[in-house]
Amino acid sequence: MGKLFSSKNKEVLFSPLSKNNPVVVQMLGVCSALAVTAKLEPAIVMAISVTVVVAFANVIISLMRNTIPNRIRIIVQLVVVAALVTIVSELLKAYAYDVNKQLSVFVGLIITNCILMGRLEAFALGNGPWESFLDGIGNGLGYGLILVVIAFFRELLGSGTLLGIQVVPQAAYDFGYVNNGLMILPPMAMFVVAAIIWAHRAKNKDLQEN
Amino acid sequence: MNRDSNIYTIVYAAVMVVLVAVILAFTSQSLRETQKKNEDIDKMMQMLRSVRVIVDATEAETTYNQLIKESFLVNKAGEKLEGDAFGTDVAKAFAKDGALPVFVATIDGEKKYILSMRGAGLWGPVWGFISLDKNKDTVYGADFSHQGETPGLGAEISQPFFSKEFYGKNVFNAEGVFKSIAVVKPGKGVEGQAYVDGISGGTITCQGVDRMLYNSLDRYVDFLKSNN
Repeated sequence: MGKLFSSKNKEVLFSPLSKNNPVVVQMLGVCSALAVTAKLEPAIVMAISVTVVVAFANVIISLMRNTIPNRIRIIVQLVVVAALVTIVSELLKAYAYDVNKQLSVFVGLIITNCILMGRLEAFALGNGPWESFLDGIGNGLGYGLILVVIAFFRELLGSGTLLGIQVVPQAAYDFGYVNNGLMILPPMAMFVVAAIIWAHRAKNKDLQEN
Repeated sequence: MNRDSNIYTIVYAAVMVVLVAVILAFTSQSLRETQKKNEDIDKMMQMLRSVRVIVDATEAETTYNQLIKESFLVNKAGEKLEGDAFGTDVAKAFAKDGALPVFVATIDGEKKYILSMRGAGLWGPVWGFISLDKNKDTVYGADFSHQGETPGLGAEISQPFFSKEFYGKNVFNAEGVFKSIAVVKPGKGVEGQAYVDGISGGTITCQGVDRMLYNSLDRYVDFLKSNN
Protein backbone atom coordinates (compact mmCIF):
# COMPACT_ATOMS: atom_id res chain seq x y z
CA MET A 1 0.00 0.00 0.00
CA GLY A 2 2.94 2.29 0.67
CA LYS A 3 3.65 2.63 -3.00
CA LEU A 4 0.00 3.15 -3.93
CA PHE A 5 -0.22 6.22 -1.74
CA SER A 6 3.27 7.66 -2.18
CA SER A 7 3.66 11.35 -1.50
CA LYS A 8 3.45 12.04 -5.23
CA ASN A 9 0.16 10.17 -5.51
CA LYS A 10 -1.20 11.98 -2.47
CA GLU A 11 -0.30 15.22 -4.18
CA VAL A 12 -2.17 14.05 -7.30
CA LEU A 13 -5.23 13.21 -5.22
CA PHE A 14 -5.39 16.20 -2.89
CA SER A 15 -3.98 19.15 -4.81
CA PRO A 16 -7.15 19.54 -6.94
CA LEU A 17 -9.11 20.17 -3.76
CA SER A 18 -7.44 23.54 -3.25
CA LYS A 19 -4.17 24.64 -4.88
CA ASN A 20 -5.00 23.09 -8.23
CA ASN A 21 -8.78 23.19 -8.07
CA PRO A 22 -10.38 22.54 -11.47
CA VAL A 23 -12.98 25.29 -11.12
CA VAL A 24 -11.34 28.15 -9.25
CA VAL A 25 -7.74 27.65 -10.41
CA GLN A 26 -7.82 25.71 -13.69
CA MET A 27 -11.07 27.49 -14.66
CA LEU A 28 -12.59 24.31 -16.09
CA GLY A 29 -16.23 23.24 -15.82
CA VAL A 30 -17.45 26.68 -14.83
CA CYS A 31 -20.53 26.58 -17.04
CA SER A 32 -21.94 23.46 -15.43
CA ALA A 33 -21.08 24.93 -12.03
CA LEU A 34 -23.51 27.72 -12.90
CA ALA A 35 -26.21 25.50 -14.34
CA VAL A 36 -26.78 22.88 -11.66
CA THR A 37 -26.25 24.87 -8.46
CA ALA A 38 -29.65 26.49 -7.91
CA LYS A 39 -30.41 23.62 -5.51
CA LEU A 40 -28.08 21.58 -3.33
CA GLU A 41 -29.37 18.14 -4.26
CA PRO A 42 -28.71 18.17 -8.03
CA ALA A 43 -25.33 19.74 -7.28
CA ILE A 44 -24.35 16.82 -5.06
CA VAL A 45 -25.55 14.20 -7.54
CA MET A 46 -23.78 16.01 -10.36
CA ALA A 47 -20.57 16.11 -8.31
CA ILE A 48 -20.72 12.35 -7.72
CA SER A 49 -21.51 11.56 -11.37
CA VAL A 50 -18.68 13.75 -12.67
CA THR A 51 -16.24 12.20 -10.18
CA VAL A 52 -17.15 8.69 -11.31
CA VAL A 53 -16.99 9.55 -14.99
CA VAL A 54 -13.68 11.47 -14.76
CA ALA A 55 -12.06 8.69 -12.74
CA PHE A 56 -13.05 5.91 -15.12
CA ALA A 57 -12.44 7.90 -18.29
CA ASN A 58 -8.98 8.71 -16.95
CA VAL A 59 -8.27 5.03 -16.29
CA ILE A 60 -9.51 3.90 -19.71
CA ILE A 61 -7.59 6.58 -21.61
CA SER A 62 -4.51 5.88 -19.51
CA LEU A 63 -4.69 2.18 -20.42
CA MET A 64 -5.11 3.06 -24.09
CA ARG A 65 -2.54 5.86 -24.08
CA ASN A 66 0.22 3.94 -25.87
CA THR A 67 -2.05 2.86 -28.71
CA ILE A 68 -4.01 6.01 -29.46
CA PRO A 69 -3.08 7.57 -32.82
CA ASN A 70 -1.95 11.10 -32.06
CA ARG A 71 -3.99 12.77 -34.78
CA ILE A 72 -7.35 11.50 -33.57
CA ARG A 73 -6.68 11.47 -29.84
CA ILE A 74 -9.33 14.10 -29.05
CA ILE A 75 -11.91 12.06 -30.97
CA VAL A 76 -10.91 8.91 -29.11
CA GLN A 77 -11.24 10.74 -25.79
CA LEU A 78 -14.64 12.06 -26.77
CA VAL A 79 -15.89 8.62 -27.80
CA VAL A 80 -14.73 7.09 -24.52
CA VAL A 81 -16.35 9.85 -22.47
CA ALA A 82 -19.57 9.81 -24.45
CA ALA A 83 -19.85 6.03 -24.18
CA LEU A 84 -19.18 6.14 -20.45
CA VAL A 85 -21.73 8.88 -19.83
CA THR A 86 -24.33 7.05 -21.89
CA ILE A 87 -23.79 3.89 -19.86
CA VAL A 88 -24.02 5.83 -16.57
CA SER A 89 -27.21 7.46 -17.79
CA GLU A 90 -28.74 4.12 -18.83
CA LEU A 91 -27.81 2.57 -15.48
CA LEU A 92 -29.36 5.50 -13.61
CA LYS A 93 -32.54 5.11 -15.64
CA ALA A 94 -32.76 1.46 -14.71
CA TYR A 95 -31.65 1.49 -11.09
CA ALA A 96 -31.98 5.06 -9.77
CA TYR A 97 -34.91 6.49 -11.67
CA ASP A 98 -35.53 9.36 -9.24
CA VAL A 99 -31.94 10.56 -9.44
CA ASN A 100 -32.09 10.34 -13.19
CA LYS A 101 -35.20 12.52 -13.23
CA GLN A 102 -33.47 15.02 -10.94
CA LEU A 103 -30.49 15.34 -13.23
CA SER A 104 -32.44 15.07 -16.49
CA VAL A 105 -30.44 16.85 -19.17
CA PHE A 106 -27.38 17.45 -17.01
CA VAL A 107 -26.22 13.83 -17.28
CA GLY A 108 -25.75 14.34 -20.99
CA LEU A 109 -23.98 17.60 -20.33
CA ILE A 110 -21.23 15.77 -18.42
CA ILE A 111 -19.86 14.84 -21.86
CA THR A 112 -19.15 18.47 -22.61
CA ASN A 113 -17.71 19.22 -19.18
CA CYS A 114 -14.29 20.73 -19.83
CA ILE A 115 -12.81 19.04 -16.76
CA LEU A 116 -13.09 15.68 -18.48
CA MET A 117 -11.27 16.64 -21.66
CA GLY A 118 -8.86 18.77 -19.68
CA ARG A 119 -7.81 15.97 -17.36
CA LEU A 120 -7.66 13.34 -20.13
CA GLU A 121 -5.48 15.58 -22.27
CA ALA A 122 -3.31 16.95 -19.48
CA PHE A 123 -2.92 13.92 -17.24
CA ALA A 124 -4.22 10.55 -18.40
CA LEU A 125 -2.35 10.62 -21.73
CA GLY A 126 0.95 10.80 -19.88
CA ASN A 127 0.46 8.81 -16.69
CA GLY A 128 -0.32 5.30 -15.53
CA PRO A 129 -3.83 4.05 -14.72
CA TRP A 130 -3.58 4.25 -10.93
CA GLU A 131 -2.27 7.84 -10.89
CA SER A 132 -4.90 8.74 -13.47
CA PHE A 133 -7.62 7.22 -11.32
CA LEU A 134 -6.48 9.29 -8.32
CA ASP A 135 -6.27 12.39 -10.50
CA GLY A 136 -9.84 11.79 -11.67
CA ILE A 137 -11.14 11.29 -8.14
CA GLY A 138 -9.26 14.36 -6.90
CA ASN A 139 -10.49 16.61 -9.67
CA GLY A 140 -14.03 15.31 -9.40
CA LEU A 141 -14.04 16.05 -5.69
CA GLY A 142 -12.44 19.45 -6.19
CA TYR A 143 -15.17 20.28 -8.69
CA GLY A 144 -17.84 18.87 -6.38
CA LEU A 145 -16.57 20.88 -3.43
CA ILE A 146 -17.01 24.16 -5.30
CA LEU A 147 -20.41 23.04 -6.61
CA VAL A 148 -21.66 22.24 -3.13
CA VAL A 149 -20.41 25.54 -1.69
CA ILE A 150 -22.11 27.54 -4.46
CA ALA A 151 -25.33 25.52 -4.21
CA PHE A 152 -25.36 25.93 -0.44
CA PHE A 153 -25.42 29.73 -0.66
CA ARG A 154 -27.74 29.85 -3.65
CA GLU A 155 -30.36 27.56 -2.17
CA LEU A 156 -30.12 29.10 1.31
CA LEU A 157 -30.39 32.71 0.17
CA GLY A 158 -32.53 32.11 -2.91
CA SER A 159 -35.11 29.65 -1.61
CA GLY A 160 -34.57 29.66 2.16
CA THR A 161 -34.17 25.88 2.05
CA LEU A 162 -31.34 23.34 2.17
CA LEU A 163 -31.78 20.01 0.38
CA GLY A 164 -35.43 20.99 0.07
CA ILE A 165 -35.91 21.41 3.83
CA GLN A 166 -37.03 24.83 5.04
CA VAL A 167 -34.28 26.36 7.19
CA VAL A 168 -35.23 30.03 7.24
CA PRO A 169 -37.98 30.11 9.89
CA GLN A 170 -41.47 31.35 9.00
CA ALA A 171 -41.05 34.01 11.69
CA ALA A 172 -38.33 35.66 9.61
CA TYR A 173 -40.72 35.92 6.64
CA ASP A 174 -43.43 37.33 8.88
CA PHE A 175 -40.93 39.90 10.01
CA GLY A 176 -40.36 41.02 6.43
CA TYR A 177 -37.49 38.81 5.25
CA VAL A 178 -37.69 38.05 1.53
CA ASN A 179 -35.84 35.33 -0.39
CA ASN A 180 -33.38 36.82 -2.84
CA GLY A 181 -34.82 35.68 -6.17
CA LEU A 182 -31.67 36.77 -7.98
CA MET A 183 -29.70 34.05 -6.21
CA ILE A 184 -31.58 31.37 -8.15
CA LEU A 185 -30.70 32.93 -11.50
CA PRO A 186 -27.44 31.87 -13.20
CA PRO A 187 -25.69 35.29 -13.00
CA MET A 188 -25.56 35.06 -9.21
CA ALA A 189 -23.65 31.77 -9.48
CA MET A 190 -21.01 33.72 -11.38
CA PHE A 191 -20.75 36.19 -8.51
CA VAL A 192 -20.53 33.38 -5.96
CA VAL A 193 -17.77 31.71 -7.98
CA ALA A 194 -15.96 35.04 -8.16
CA ALA A 195 -16.30 35.51 -4.40
CA ILE A 196 -14.87 32.02 -3.82
CA ILE A 197 -11.95 32.74 -6.14
CA TRP A 198 -11.33 36.02 -4.33
CA ALA A 199 -11.30 34.36 -0.92
CA HIS A 200 -9.20 31.47 -2.22
CA ARG A 201 -6.52 33.72 -3.76
CA ALA A 202 -6.46 36.04 -0.79
CA LYS A 203 -5.48 33.00 1.26
CA ASN A 204 -3.11 31.49 -1.31
CA LYS A 205 -0.98 34.45 -2.32
CA ASP A 206 1.19 32.35 -4.64
CA LEU A 207 -1.80 31.91 -6.99
CA GLN A 208 -2.21 35.64 -7.55
CA GLU A 209 -1.26 36.93 -10.98
CA ASN A 210 0.30 40.33 -11.31
CA MET B 1 4.05 -0.06 -35.43
CA ASN B 2 3.81 3.43 -36.82
CA ARG B 3 1.08 5.11 -34.83
CA ASP B 4 0.90 8.06 -37.16
CA SER B 5 0.22 6.14 -40.36
CA ASN B 6 -3.13 6.65 -42.06
CA ILE B 7 -3.98 2.98 -42.10
CA TYR B 8 -3.37 2.59 -38.38
CA THR B 9 -5.51 5.63 -37.64
CA ILE B 10 -8.40 4.48 -39.81
CA VAL B 11 -8.37 0.90 -38.53
CA TYR B 12 -8.08 2.13 -34.95
CA ALA B 13 -11.06 4.47 -35.34
CA ALA B 14 -13.16 1.83 -37.08
CA VAL B 15 -12.49 -0.86 -34.47
CA MET B 16 -13.13 1.56 -31.63
CA VAL B 17 -16.44 2.76 -33.02
CA VAL B 18 -17.71 -0.77 -33.65
CA LEU B 19 -16.65 -1.87 -30.19
CA VAL B 20 -18.34 1.08 -28.50
CA ALA B 21 -21.49 0.56 -30.56
CA VAL B 22 -21.67 -3.07 -29.49
CA ILE B 23 -21.18 -2.18 -25.81
CA LEU B 24 -23.83 0.55 -25.92
CA ALA B 25 -26.31 -1.60 -27.80
CA PHE B 26 -25.80 -4.39 -25.29
CA THR B 27 -26.28 -2.05 -22.30
CA SER B 28 -29.38 -0.54 -23.80
CA GLN B 29 -30.91 -3.92 -24.65
CA SER B 30 -30.21 -5.54 -21.31
CA LEU B 31 -31.60 -2.60 -19.31
CA ARG B 32 -34.61 -1.91 -21.51
CA GLU B 33 -37.11 -3.89 -19.46
CA THR B 34 -36.12 -2.43 -16.08
CA GLN B 35 -36.26 1.07 -17.55
CA LYS B 36 -39.67 0.51 -19.09
CA LYS B 37 -40.96 -0.71 -15.75
CA ASN B 38 -39.58 2.39 -13.99
CA GLU B 39 -41.21 4.64 -16.55
CA ASP B 40 -44.57 2.90 -16.15
CA ILE B 41 -44.39 3.14 -12.38
CA ASP B 42 -43.47 6.80 -12.63
CA LYS B 43 -46.45 7.41 -14.90
CA MET B 44 -48.73 5.62 -12.44
CA MET B 45 -47.39 7.79 -9.61
CA GLN B 46 -48.05 10.93 -11.64
CA MET B 47 -51.63 9.82 -12.29
CA LEU B 48 -52.17 8.93 -8.66
CA ARG B 49 -50.81 12.32 -7.57
CA SER B 50 -53.33 13.96 -9.90
CA VAL B 51 -56.10 12.40 -7.80
CA ARG B 52 -54.36 13.47 -4.58
CA VAL B 53 -52.96 10.02 -3.79
CA ILE B 54 -49.27 9.99 -2.89
CA VAL B 55 -47.53 6.61 -2.77
CA ASP B 56 -44.06 5.15 -2.93
CA ALA B 57 -42.70 3.60 -6.09
CA THR B 58 -43.02 0.20 -4.42
CA GLU B 59 -46.77 0.52 -3.84
CA ALA B 60 -47.61 2.45 -6.98
CA GLU B 61 -48.72 -0.51 -9.06
CA THR B 62 -51.02 -2.06 -6.46
CA THR B 63 -52.63 1.27 -5.57
CA TYR B 64 -53.03 2.11 -9.23
CA ASN B 65 -54.81 -1.17 -9.93
CA GLN B 66 -57.08 -0.63 -6.95
CA LEU B 67 -58.14 2.92 -7.76
CA ILE B 68 -58.02 3.16 -11.53
CA LYS B 69 -60.08 0.34 -12.98
CA GLU B 70 -61.45 1.90 -16.13
CA SER B 71 -59.64 3.57 -18.99
CA PHE B 72 -60.53 4.32 -22.59
CA LEU B 73 -59.62 6.56 -25.51
CA VAL B 74 -61.69 9.45 -26.80
CA ASN B 75 -61.44 11.02 -30.23
CA LYS B 76 -61.82 14.70 -31.06
CA ALA B 77 -65.59 14.38 -31.40
CA GLY B 78 -65.80 13.05 -27.86
CA GLU B 79 -66.63 9.46 -28.84
CA LYS B 80 -65.31 6.62 -26.76
CA LEU B 81 -62.96 4.21 -28.47
CA GLU B 82 -61.53 0.93 -27.34
CA GLY B 83 -57.77 0.79 -26.97
CA ASP B 84 -54.74 0.70 -24.76
CA ALA B 85 -55.08 4.00 -22.91
CA PHE B 86 -52.05 3.52 -20.67
CA GLY B 87 -49.71 2.72 -23.54
CA THR B 88 -50.86 5.60 -25.76
CA ASP B 89 -48.10 7.92 -26.88
CA VAL B 90 -49.76 11.16 -25.85
CA ALA B 91 -47.19 13.36 -27.58
CA LYS B 92 -47.99 11.69 -30.90
CA ALA B 93 -51.72 11.73 -30.27
CA PHE B 94 -51.70 15.49 -29.70
CA ALA B 95 -49.51 16.11 -32.74
CA LYS B 96 -51.59 13.96 -35.09
CA ASP B 97 -55.08 14.66 -33.71
CA GLY B 98 -55.27 11.05 -32.56
CA ALA B 99 -57.41 9.59 -29.80
CA LEU B 100 -56.49 10.67 -26.27
CA PRO B 101 -56.59 8.59 -23.11
CA VAL B 102 -59.05 9.05 -20.26
CA PHE B 103 -58.64 7.22 -16.97
CA VAL B 104 -61.46 6.82 -14.50
CA ALA B 105 -60.46 6.68 -10.87
CA THR B 106 -62.79 5.94 -8.00
CA ILE B 107 -61.91 8.02 -4.95
CA ASP B 108 -64.18 7.62 -1.89
CA GLY B 109 -66.90 6.24 -4.15
CA GLU B 110 -66.78 9.24 -6.49
CA LYS B 111 -65.75 9.04 -10.12
CA LYS B 112 -62.82 11.22 -11.15
CA TYR B 113 -61.75 11.64 -14.77
CA ILE B 114 -58.01 11.83 -15.31
CA LEU B 115 -57.00 13.60 -18.53
CA SER B 116 -53.60 13.73 -20.15
CA MET B 117 -51.81 16.97 -20.99
CA ARG B 118 -48.76 17.69 -23.08
CA GLY B 119 -47.01 20.93 -24.02
CA ALA B 120 -43.71 22.75 -24.26
CA GLY B 121 -41.86 24.54 -21.48
CA LEU B 122 -38.70 26.61 -21.76
CA TRP B 123 -36.12 23.89 -22.41
CA GLY B 124 -38.18 20.88 -23.35
CA PRO B 125 -41.51 19.15 -23.07
CA VAL B 126 -43.81 19.57 -20.08
CA TRP B 127 -46.66 17.20 -19.40
CA GLY B 128 -49.08 16.29 -16.71
CA PHE B 129 -52.41 14.88 -15.63
CA ILE B 130 -55.44 16.76 -14.45
CA SER B 131 -58.40 15.11 -12.75
CA LEU B 132 -61.95 16.44 -12.92
CA ASP B 133 -64.92 15.71 -10.70
CA LYS B 134 -67.97 13.78 -11.87
CA ASN B 135 -69.40 17.01 -13.35
CA LYS B 136 -66.43 17.08 -15.77
CA ASP B 137 -65.83 20.72 -14.87
CA THR B 138 -64.35 21.16 -11.40
CA VAL B 139 -60.69 20.23 -10.99
CA TYR B 140 -60.09 17.64 -8.32
CA GLY B 141 -56.32 17.50 -8.61
CA ALA B 142 -53.39 17.94 -10.96
CA ASP B 143 -49.80 16.93 -11.42
CA PHE B 144 -47.12 18.41 -13.66
CA SER B 145 -43.85 16.99 -14.90
CA HIS B 146 -41.08 18.35 -17.06
CA GLN B 147 -37.98 17.10 -18.76
CA GLY B 148 -35.44 19.81 -18.08
CA GLU B 149 -36.89 23.05 -16.76
CA THR B 150 -34.56 25.24 -14.69
CA PRO B 151 -34.16 23.89 -11.13
CA GLY B 152 -35.53 26.35 -8.58
CA LEU B 153 -37.51 28.24 -11.22
CA GLY B 154 -39.56 26.53 -13.94
CA ALA B 155 -38.91 23.12 -12.42
CA GLU B 156 -41.04 24.13 -9.43
CA ILE B 157 -44.16 23.30 -11.48
CA SER B 158 -43.70 19.71 -10.37
CA GLN B 159 -43.96 20.73 -6.70
CA PRO B 160 -47.20 20.11 -4.79
CA PHE B 161 -47.65 23.80 -3.89
CA PHE B 162 -48.17 24.57 -7.56
CA SER B 163 -50.54 21.74 -8.42
CA LYS B 164 -52.57 22.40 -5.25
CA GLU B 165 -53.53 25.80 -6.62
CA PHE B 166 -55.69 24.05 -9.22
CA TYR B 167 -57.97 22.34 -6.71
CA GLY B 168 -61.59 23.41 -7.14
CA LYS B 169 -61.05 25.56 -10.25
CA ASN B 170 -63.48 25.24 -13.14
CA VAL B 171 -62.51 24.72 -16.74
CA PHE B 172 -65.86 26.02 -18.05
CA ASN B 173 -67.19 29.48 -17.17
CA ALA B 174 -70.61 30.18 -15.70
CA GLU B 175 -72.23 30.07 -19.17
CA GLY B 176 -70.72 26.67 -19.86
CA VAL B 177 -68.15 27.93 -22.36
CA PHE B 178 -64.74 26.27 -22.30
CA LYS B 179 -62.18 28.70 -20.87
CA SER B 180 -59.39 26.51 -19.44
CA ILE B 181 -57.44 27.68 -16.40
CA ALA B 182 -54.94 30.48 -16.85
CA VAL B 183 -51.51 30.57 -15.22
CA VAL B 184 -50.75 34.23 -14.53
CA LYS B 185 -47.97 36.24 -12.96
CA PRO B 186 -48.44 36.24 -9.18
CA GLY B 187 -50.69 39.10 -8.15
CA LYS B 188 -52.31 39.49 -11.57
CA GLY B 189 -55.64 38.07 -12.65
CA VAL B 190 -57.85 37.51 -15.67
CA GLU B 191 -61.52 38.27 -16.20
CA GLY B 192 -64.06 35.57 -16.91
CA GLN B 193 -62.03 32.46 -16.24
CA ALA B 194 -60.34 30.60 -13.42
CA TYR B 195 -56.67 31.33 -12.89
CA VAL B 196 -53.76 30.33 -10.66
CA ASP B 197 -50.53 32.09 -9.70
CA GLY B 198 -47.48 31.18 -11.74
CA ILE B 199 -43.92 30.97 -10.40
CA SER B 200 -41.74 34.06 -10.16
CA GLY B 201 -38.71 33.62 -12.38
CA GLY B 202 -40.35 30.73 -14.20
CA THR B 203 -42.43 32.87 -16.51
CA ILE B 204 -41.78 31.03 -19.77
CA THR B 205 -42.40 27.63 -18.20
CA CYS B 206 -45.64 28.95 -16.71
CA GLN B 207 -46.74 30.34 -20.05
CA GLY B 208 -46.02 26.88 -21.43
CA VAL B 209 -48.20 25.30 -18.75
CA ASP B 210 -50.92 27.84 -19.49
CA ARG B 211 -50.87 26.94 -23.21
CA MET B 212 -50.65 23.25 -22.39
CA LEU B 213 -53.78 23.43 -20.23
CA TYR B 214 -55.71 25.24 -22.93
CA ASN B 215 -54.55 23.14 -25.88
CA SER B 216 -54.86 19.81 -24.12
CA LEU B 217 -58.22 20.38 -22.44
CA ASP B 218 -59.53 21.90 -25.67
CA ARG B 219 -59.10 18.48 -27.29
CA TYR B 220 -61.26 16.92 -24.60
CA VAL B 221 -64.04 19.54 -24.67
CA ASP B 222 -66.49 17.45 -26.69
CA PHE B 223 -65.93 14.51 -24.39
CA LEU B 224 -66.41 16.69 -21.32
CA LYS B 225 -69.67 18.12 -22.67
CA SER B 226 -71.00 14.69 -23.65
CA ASN B 227 -72.54 12.16 -21.32
CA ASN B 228 -70.16 9.37 -22.26
